[in-house]
Amino acid sequence: MLRYLIPLVIFIVLAVFLAIGLTRDPHELKSVLINKPAPAFRVPQLKAADKMISNEDMRGKVWLLNVWASWCVACREEHPYLIEYAKSGVVPIYGLNYKDRREDALATLDELGDPYLVSAVDLDGRVGIDFGVYGAPETYIIDQGGTIRFKYVGPMMPDVWKEKILPVVQELNRQGK
Amino acid sequence: MIGMNKSNGMNKSGRGACPRPSNSGGKPLFLTCSFLMFVICLMAPVVKAQVQEEEVPSDDPVIEQRLQNLSKELRCLQCQNQTLADSPAGLAADLRREIRIQMKAGKSDKEIIAFLTQRYGDFILYKPRVTFTTYLLWFGPFVLLLGGLYLLFHYIKQRRDLITEKPLSADERRRAEELLASLPGKETT
Repeated sequence: MLRYLIPLVIFIVLAVFLAIGLTRDPHELKSVLINKPAPAFRVPQLKAADKMISNEDMRGKVWLLNVWASWCVACREEHPYLIEYAKSGVVPIYGLNYKDRREDALATLDELGDPYLVSAVDLDGRVGIDFGVYGAPETYIIDQGGTIRFKYVGPMMPDVWKEKILPVVQELNRQGK
Repeated sequence: MIGMNKSNGMNKSGRGACPRPSNSGGKPLFLTCSFLMFVICLMAPVVKAQVQEEEVPSDDPVIEQRLQNLSKELRCLQCQNQTLADSPAGLAADLRREIRIQMKAGKSDKEIIAFLTQRYGDFILYKPRVTFTTYLLWFGPFVLLLGGLYLLFHYIKQRRDLITEKPLSADERRRAEELLASLPGKETT
């Protein structure tokens, strides 16, 4: 009797493993930069091309770095929510305008609004390489000391904001005081 | 591509993007499809493009050869089933450019791989490193192979025991002959 059950057991084990596999997104990669210092950058600002912005400018506060581009469709999806998050004033949001034409980027901000305190321009994607960016939008939470604490890949919808981003930001703010 | 689909699929078999229910209804549907495709083509240029620096091969053939070899072992993170060598993705081109720059600066392949894994993790390596978390991946198949061999030998041994010929005892032989003789319509010799 038992020997007839063996194929069934094997099947069930396989099915469970495959079912778990189906729920996982192969594009979601664990960032190796978590709890490592954020890569240093010093690049022009989007709205004021003659001014520079550096990661050192944000030292001493918890901030978000949101990698975005006008050609990135998923970025448009999260854009209205970004504006809401920015208005809530919980945490300053900085942009990294990734491999984008300046005029396209500015037109997008004109059309949809600008949630960013400043957008840094990463024209050739070099800053992106340092951050391990592989697909916009990506959002990094960086703490007072300039350490990356969290990374989210994909559009930051309200449930993500509430369940993943806010708790980390609040915890970091509490620790910083 | 879209144009080809339209002329081949629609005219000959009617199995293009839009199914055609009957011959008589074909013409208006064909026109609708053509019109829709025309509109789709009009929409295409609205999509903004990513800024992509043109890829300039290095004038040093040694560097190009090294890049070829190295990028075959690296994964493009945008198109995860392609290597850096053959991916057309923007990120792959950026990384190839970065590798060229570093090679020109005299970095070894090992240093470049370290640079990349510090940013993108071991996932960028097509050939996974042998670490504690990848033991199962590297050695699991051999364990399965050994297990399978054991089961196979076990089975063969058991089966051999089952099918070894044992001579019949005198009593069994007598019963067998009786049975054969009792078969109806069969003459026994």
